[in-house]
Amino acid sequence: MQQRAVSAVPKSVVWILIASLCLQLAWQSSRPRPGAYAEALVFPPDGRTLEALSLGEPIALSQLMTLYLQAFDNQPGISIPFLNLDYDRVETWLARILELDPVGQYPLLMASHIYAQVPDTPKQRKMLEFVYQQFFKDPNRRWPWLAHAAIMAKHRLNDLPLALRYAQAVKQYATAPDVPHWASQMPIFILEDMGELESAKILLGGLLVSGVVTDPHEIRFLTERLQRLEDEEKSSSVPKN
Amino acid sequence: MGSARYQVLTITRFTLLEALRTRLPWLLLATVLLAVLGSLFVKQIAITETARQQTAFLAAGLRLAAVFILGLYITSSMVREFNDKGLELLLSLDLPRAAYACGKFLGFSLIALLMAALICLPVFFLAPPPAVLLWGASLVLELWIVAALSMFCIITFTQIVPAISFVLAFYILARSITAIRLMSGSTLFDQSSLSHQVTVFLVDSMWFLLPSLNLFTQTAWLVNQNGEWRAILPIVAQSAIYTGLLVGAALFDLYRKNL
Repeated sequence: MQQRAVSAVPKSVVWILIASLCLQLAWQSSRPRPGAYAEALVFPPDGRTLEALSLGEPIALSQLMTLYLQAFDNQPGISIPFLNLDYDRVETWLARILELDPVGQYPLLMASHIYAQVPDTPKQRKMLEFVYQQFFKDPNRRWPWLAHAAIMAKHRLNDLPLALRYAQAVKQYATAPDVPHWASQMPIFILEDMGELESAKILLGGLLVSGVVTDPHEIRFLTERLQRLEDEEKSSSVPKN
Repeated sequence: MGSARYQVLTITRFTLLEALRTRLPWLLLATVLLAVLGSLFVKQIAITETARQQTAFLAAGLRLAAVFILGLYITSSMVREFNDKGLELLLSLDLPRAAYACGKFLGFSLIALLMAALICLPVFFLAPPPAVLLWGASLVLELWIVAALSMFCIITFTQIVPAISFVLAFYILARSITAIRLMSGSTLFDQSSLSHQVTVFLVDSMWFLLPSLNLFTQTAWLVNQNGEWRAILPIVAQSAIYTGLLVGAALFDLYRKNL
């Protein structure tokens, strides 16, 4: 069907259209930019409700939920430090997202790299513990986040026993062939830092004997490390005069 | 002037009559009944806050159903008129196109008003009357936008499938655009990248052009009883502006049609 020319439209109609479009733009400009407020983050619905709401697309819903949760950050123009968020709610959101898409790694990245970076020790610990708990559901896929949690516990929290607990979990449960050796070697270095030289030596020796490490450079590095541990042990056992 | 008003009111009357004589009232009643039954089911299976869950389910379900039914009714009713050449017949008479469009829109607005009134009836049993009145008034204003949008779409596309698809897509986008804009502004991204800037620009543009339907008809007013009549003022303003815009756009397209 051919259309008539624009000139066939009465001027009054064109003016109504232009005026209402300008009014709409002015109206929206006068409204404040939408902002995220810490208290606006409510608990998400339970797992079954979310499953029903996903309409058979749990991965898509989990991604939408991730993006929504992510919006509660420092928005341009307004400041909502993660510190102000209710971490019980954040944790529930992350857990629900993981339930919807267990293969996805995004929530664990957010927990270990974003929400655990706040200058609040209880909140940091809460997020690291969340990563620890979730790790056991799929150790071979989720070990990098727990490894990062171990490093955080060691360097940020200065909590070596906690770091050791995380590192040992990685060593014990992340057993897939593609898990790098450094991940399973983490407990050795933490034990060393804790002054547990004997334990570190046993672990390191066991690792070398097991034949898991095949790279010559890595074997040499670990052997030197073992040697140094033995030297340190000897020197500490010599009574000082 | 008097004649034009008479023409508009006549078309309004016949639009309303058509709705009453088709099965729209029965469809609405059946929908309300189903929603009430569904809400009772939710109440039965809920462990806690049963009344709150029932109210939220009923209100949110009926709101969506009303939008869908109204959009579908308007598009199908007008497309039938196009197919039966009723529009050509009307316009061959001494009837300005604006009178036809305004009469139709007025008729659809009254239908929306009656729909909202019917939907509010079961909600009155679950929530305080002032909260229901506020919620109902907002629903009417929301349905007027949907009515104007459906009319514009069917005049532009002249076919049900593209028209109703556009209506639903527009509605979902308008309901979620505020959250989308919030997400697009996240500082976790590299803000200097071109893709981020383009995305932010597109989302911002859409936000300016779309009505913020997320502010309309909030279930929280019913379940938390935190709604104030002050909240209706921006909704009235937004509804008036956007209805004017959509009716203007529908008129623009109608005047360009070569019958």
